[in-house]
Amino acid sequence: MGDVLVLAEHRQGVLRDISFEMMAIAPKIAEGMGGEVKVLLLGSGMDEMAKKMSEYGFKVLVADDPVFEDFNAEKYQKALSALIDELKPALLMTGQTAQGVDFMPALAVEKKLPLIAEAVDLHYEDGALKATRNIYSGKVNATVAFKPADTCLVTIREGAVEAPEPAAAGEVEKIESPFKEDVPYRKFVEYIEAEVGDVDITQSEILVSVGRGLKEDKNLPAIEDLAKAIKADISGSRAATDAGWIPHDRQVGTSGKTVKPKLYIALGISGAFQHLAGMKGAKTIVAVNKDPEAPIFAVADYAIVDDMFKVVPALTEKLKELKG
Amino acid sequence: MKSIVCIKYVPDTSEAEVKVNPDGKTVDDSRFSFDINDADNYAVEESVLIKEDKGGEVDVLSIGPKQSEVMIRMAMAKGCDRAVRVEDDRIADHDPLMVAKVLAGAIKDKEFDLILTGCWADDYGHMSTGVALAEYLGVNHASMVKKVEVLDGKVRAHRELEGGLMEVVELELPAVLTIQTGINEPRYAPIRGIRQAQKKELNVVSLDDLGIDPAEVGSEASQVVLENLYIPEVESAAEFIEGEPDEKADKLASILVKGGLV
Repeated sequence: MGDVLVLAEHRQGVLRDISFEMMAIAPKIAEGMGGEVKVLLLGSGMDEMAKKMSEYGFKVLVADDPVFEDFNAEKYQKALSALIDELKPALLMTGQTAQGVDFMPALAVEKKLPLIAEAVDLHYEDGALKATRNIYSGKVNATVAFKPADTCLVTIREGAVEAPEPAAAGEVEKIESPFKEDVPYRKFVEYIEAEVGDVDITQSEILVSVGRGLKEDKNLPAIEDLAKAIKADISGSRAATDAGWIPHDRQVGTSGKTVKPKLYIALGISGAFQHLAGMKGAKTIVAVNKDPEAPIFAVADYAIVDDMFKVVPALTEKLKELKG
Repeated sequence: MKSIVCIKYVPDTSEAEVKVNPDGKTVDDSRFSFDINDADNYAVEESVLIKEDKGGEVDVLSIGPKQSEVMIRMAMAKGCDRAVRVEDDRIADHDPLMVAKVLAGAIKDKEFDLILTGCWADDYGHMSTGVALAEYLGVNHASMVKKVEVLDGKVRAHRELEGGLMEVVELELPAVLTIQTGINEPRYAPIRGIRQAQKKELNVVSLDDLGIDPAEVGSEASQVVLENLYIPEVESAAEFIEGEPDEKADKLASILVKGGLV
């Protein structure tokens, strides 16, 4: 045994990045445990997706059933519960995504199996399966080990590892739908697309972005002055949009927008991983933060450890002077 | 509408220096400031908004130390009606499945329509407790909820997916909703509420009081082991600009202009 079953995630007909990222972790664990990687697709009409996932050289199991057309936690839980009994994988791996978090803990409770949520990496050594987690605002790592179990459950943080290049052709196998009885308690109603604002920050050349360090909206004018001086658009972290300082459509991060400007100036943003995932592709990153241990500095090109309210006005003045 | 809101007392580590204790399994929290977990604060507000709209009551449930009663009283000052605080050092609190089992044990004899809790905790960040709790109680759930509409015998929950997409689901009550930050604007406790909160019922209970076998929720029962904590090495390629704030600003401005970045 020792198989690793990976649930590939897709939404609205498109495979999500986490599906490929898990291909960086699953093979080394399967090898350590003496098993195989098996990729599972639950959905409807997934030929293209199955082909794409098979390009990593592993067997792709496709359960094509209209009941999986839209994600439903209850149905996924039922299906995976049945598949755990049938396939007896040593490890079931999903993303720590809006899908994964919505059913994996319930599945673990139902099957009395261990769950390690939001691992950033996994290791198999000396017969033990261990996860690395990243906690306390990203400042501490934890090593968490599974006790021996028939099947271990793990969810992987999005963007924690780079997706590998496809390696070899794999096989696609259609399996019978593991979904047997209807579960009527939860009903999918609809998707509501993200609101569109006056500025599309994914197209901005320069972004001045603020976070919790802004403290209150009366501090915004200093930021606006800087943005105006360098013809930048203003965006924000989750903390800034939750507080209502910045409109929601200008939120940078996993639950907002992914941006790739040529210059990203992060002011008072600590750099939660969800935020970093949305902006680390910027060409040049400047970070100003009081906390020298702020995770934002790990992705910055230029760093200033200081009070943003002392630095920003001076920066604006100097930029105006230099640019004439 | 009877609601229960589950909240957690957590350290604010967003701007704090974090050190691992010599035991390698805990962090030195002596200099941290503690308060309600951010997402739980939104859950408290949502539960009070629902009570104000539909009538009913809100119970607070929390596992935590004596000091956390400040947080519990604050939730009651905002409109929650009574509280239970579970204190017991035999709970394997590194494992959200064990925490959820304790919460389920504290709730099992209560009547409720809705249970609200934050979708994630600022300290360990598993995003698992609420969904596990629903399974222990055998009720419906939706996670990462950013809008709640209470209907007749049902609830419509707007789940926040990646990229700002919302998934709307309908659940039969009773149900557990894990609440995402930004769902509402948490209020400040009114002075009158703070006075009233001092007189509201706050029961402190142990596992024994709840009839929970400690062996079922302790380290032995947990199927995962927290082996060690360590400070990750941060590989920063950043150029740190030094000096007084004005000097730093000048240097950065020069870099940006000379580099053709602005």
